[in-house]
Amino acid sequence: MERLVFLLSTGLARGAVLALFALSLVIVYRAARAVNFAQAAMAIVPVYVAFAVTAASGSYWFGLASALVVGALLGAVVERWLLRLVPQDNPLPGIIVAIGLVMVLQAGLAIAFGPDHRPVHAPFSQRPFEIAGVGVLSPYDLFVLVVAAVVMGALAILFNRTTIGLQLRAAAFAPETSRLLGVRVPRMVTLGWMLSIATAALAALLLVPTGLGLDPHAADVLFVNAFAAAVIGGLDSPVGALVAGLVVGVLASLVTGYASAATAPLAVLALLTVVLLVRPHGLFAAREARTA
Amino acid sequence: MSTLTIEKLTVGYGDGAPVLDGLELEVPDGAVVALLGANGAGKTTLLRSLMGLVPARDGRVLLDGADLTDLSTEDRVRRGLGLVPEGRSVVVELTVAENLRLGALWKKGRKNKGPAREAAVGQMYELFEPLARRRDAAGHTLSGGERQMLALARALVGEPDVLLLDEPSLGLAPLVVAQLLGVLRDQAAATGLTVLLAEQNVTGALSVADRGVVLSLGEVVADRPAAELAADPALRHAYLGF
Repeated sequence: MERLVFLLSTGLARGAVLALFALSLVIVYRAARAVNFAQAAMAIVPVYVAFAVTAASGSYWFGLASALVVGALLGAVVERWLLRLVPQDNPLPGIIVAIGLVMVLQAGLAIAFGPDHRPVHAPFSQRPFEIAGVGVLSPYDLFVLVVAAVVMGALAILFNRTTIGLQLRAAAFAPETSRLLGVRVPRMVTLGWMLSIATAALAALLLVPTGLGLDPHAADVLFVNAFAAAVIGGLDSPVGALVAGLVVGVLASLVTGYASAATAPLAVLALLTVVLLVRPHGLFAAREARTA
Repeated sequence: MSTLTIEKLTVGYGDGAPVLDGLELEVPDGAVVALLGANGAGKTTLLRSLMGLVPARDGRVLLDGADLTDLSTEDRVRRGLGLVPEGRSVVVELTVAENLRLGALWKKGRKNKGPAREAAVGQMYELFEPLARRRDAAGHTLSGGERQMLALARALVGEPDVLLLDEPSLGLAPLVVAQLLGVLRDQAAATGLTVLLAEQNVTGALSVADRGVVLSLGEVVADRPAAELAADPALRHAYLGF
């Protein structure tokens, strides 16, 4: 029982990070109708910047803010001056350019900072609280959950309650119709990339202290699991990313605790397979449209 | 409100022969002009080219004397040009209310502020009662008639100076068509909106238009008052097939 409570609470915190990263994949998929295979590499660059800023200033919060800003800028630069130049009529050139970008970014980071793991300290203790002798969430886990909830809430408000969000959604669903209503669609695509990479950078930043530390590949496993979560939820659905991220996080935590860490990716893969067999477009994919 | 002038407009796709070749047309301030012609006459190409969705090879498009030719679609919309494209162009993932708010974002080049936007949307609900009842329904749940109603309302809510419509009656019941064209005629009369209405439904279009322009193979072959055009059997037989 104690073990179950501990695994569930840890899984929830890991799941929140997964959900955040999956949400970043959904945002970019909705904006550009593309899966960004460079998401992990693009997310880890701002984390290095945050690491450097925190080391120089002594403040975790300056580091966090710089990661968000650099993530947004990186998203804008990559979309505006790289991916927009790639032919858009089929997805393959974009995917190949993204894989090339992964190699360039990760090799660049290894050259600049070295390939080793760098220990990263969490801003709060990672020792779990004990309630009636049972270890539950640590203060850092709580911080992760609160940050993830706040960011998801803010994104939900942005997308559903503001005119920018309305334009972002319309531009993603119906680019030509949106242009006919005065929406600057290319600008909305850039904005989608900025939001996506900033969100991904935040997820990677929250993850790093709980793992082995910072290295150019630190977000790779996060990307794989978050991609699975995004597909399980339905690539188009922010709610799907949230729910599936939490489910995948808890599942991986339970399997790691009761079986072994090596089995966890298999469990995620099994879940992905079952969902795709039963609902090929994901659990929360858009319902069928009326055609008559 | 505004005069739309088309000067020597030449439009084509790829290396093919031009669909429109040196087309000249003026839609004067406040006029309702019906753009008629068979399939392939170039009606849709003309409307899409006026909006900047299809690039012109040559010629100019002027709105009240100001050259729009080099402007993007978005900027043409912000200058006061509006298009209801063919095929009920509702954003089906958004609700009726969201579609209308999207249409009301830009008004004559200015960002429409919150209360003014909501007031404009409210007026559309008065004009199109079925939309008011279904304001929170997603676009994909609407019927064909409701979608076309929404497409028209969404174009009107931005208060364009010149409204282009591409076959709004396509696939709709005669009663719905009469209702939509009636609203269009009333709005044009009440606000001085300039309208260019491309239609296959010749009788319907000429019943609300002041003037009819017949396109054939990318050229204007007739440009007459609507009543006169409707009464000319030779012209109807030659170009409109009835």
